[in-house]
Amino acid sequence: MPDDYCRWQVADYAIVEPLCSLAGDAQRGREIASDGSRGNCLACHQLPIPGIEAYGTIGPPLAGIAARLSVPMIRLRVVDTRHINPMSIMPGFYRDPRLINRPGKEYRGRTFLTAQQVEDVIAYLATLK
Amino acid sequence: MIPFNKTTLLFCGFLLAVPAIAVLAGEAKSGYDYIKPESRAMQDDDFENPGMLAVERGQLLFNNIQNGSGKACAECHGKDGASLNTKNIARYPVYSEDAAEIVTLQKRISRCRDNTTGSKTLPTDHPDLVALETFVRNRAIGEAVNVQTDGAMAELLKEGEQLYNTRFGLIDMACHHCHDVYPGQMIRGQKISQGQGNGFPAYRLGTGEITNLHQRIQQCLNLMRAEPFAADSDEINLLGLYIMSRSNGLRIETPAVRY
Repeated sequence: MPDDYCRWQVADYAIVEPLCSLAGDAQRGREIASDGSRGNCLACHQLPIPGIEAYGTIGPPLAGIAARLSVPMIRLRVVDTRHINPMSIMPGFYRDPRLINRPGKEYRGRTFLTAQQVEDVIAYLATLK
Repeated sequence: MIPFNKTTLLFCGFLLAVPAIAVLAGEAKSGYDYIKPESRAMQDDDFENPGMLAVERGQLLFNNIQNGSGKACAECHGKDGASLNTKNIARYPVYSEDAAEIVTLQKRISRCRDNTTGSKTLPTDHPDLVALETFVRNRAIGEAVNVQTDGAMAELLKEGEQLYNTRFGLIDMACHHCHDVYPGQMIRGQKISQGQGNGFPAYRLGTGEITNLHQRIQQCLNLMRAEPFAADSDEINLLGLYIMSRSNGLRIETPAVRY
C-alpha cells in the first residue's frame, strides 16, 4: 500500500469523512470529470456540461445526482461502488491498490485518482442538484 | 458452533447467486452490427477496405518464396491458396492431440512455413505472419466460424471463460462487463460490441493497423491499465479460443473494419 493511501470507512452505504480530510474544489472536479485521461466520467455517464457530444450510456446520467444522493453516498460510489453492487462495471476511483488484479507496470500501487482528485469530483457532483 | 445469523446466511446466499447472474443468454452478433454505417461501407468495398492491403501482402508472401526458405506456400496449397480447405480454416483455433495444445491459425501457418519451406522461424505476431494469417483467413470469408467445443476443448474453454470473467488492471473490469452486459451501449461515442472474433484479423480504425484477435485482446488489456498477457502465453491462447468459440456460427469477415 502506498504511504499516502488514506483509509476510509463505510457506514450505511456511505463514506461520511472526506478522504484524507481534504476539501474538494468543484471547478477542478468538473475538469477532472470530463478529462479522458483522468476521471473520464463521460466515457460512461452523461453530464450536464454543454458542448460535449460523445457521452457514454453505460451508467446513469449524473444531472441531478446531488438531489438523489447525499454527499457521503456519492463518495462511496466514486471511491468504490462495489460495496453497493459487487457486479458493477464501474471502477473504484480510490480502491485499495492491493485489491487490483494484474495492474500494468506503471500503475502498480496506484489509485485511479488521487484522494484530492476524488474529493474535487465529489465537490463537483454535489453541485448537480 | 459458528454463530451464523440470518443476515450472514442471506449474504452468503447472495454471493453464491452472483455467478448465475453472470450467465448471458442471447444470440451472437458480429461486430459488423455495431459499427457505424460508414465503417460497414468501408468494410464491404474491397477497394476502400484498408485491411485488404494486409490480404495482398499475405498473398504475395504466400505465392512467392520467402526470405531464407526453399519453397513457397503456393507450391503445396495452390496459387492464392486455391486448394486450401476453407471449412478447416473456419475451425481455428484447433486442439492438437500430438502437441496437447491450442494451435491458432497463425501458429499453424508458422509451423508449416518452418517445417516445409525451411525458412527461419518468425516471432509470434511478426507482421509477415499476421499478413499470412489475414490472407489465409480471408480465403474462408463467408464461412461460419466452427470452433470445436467438446472433447479436450471443453476443459480449455472453461479456463478461457474464467479469464473472460476476471477483472484486470487499474480500471478493474472483465471482458464480461463490457461485452456481455453492455453491447449496444455507447462508450464515449462508440458502440460496445459483443467482442466477437469472426472479423479478425481486422483493420482497426482506432489504431490504423491490421490487428489479429490476440493483439486486440492485448490492446484491450492495455486500455484497462492491466499488464497484458504475452504473445503465445497460455492465457492469451485460452482467451482467444474462448472468444472465437463464442463466434461459432458467425460468418468470417476477415478483414473486417472495426473501431
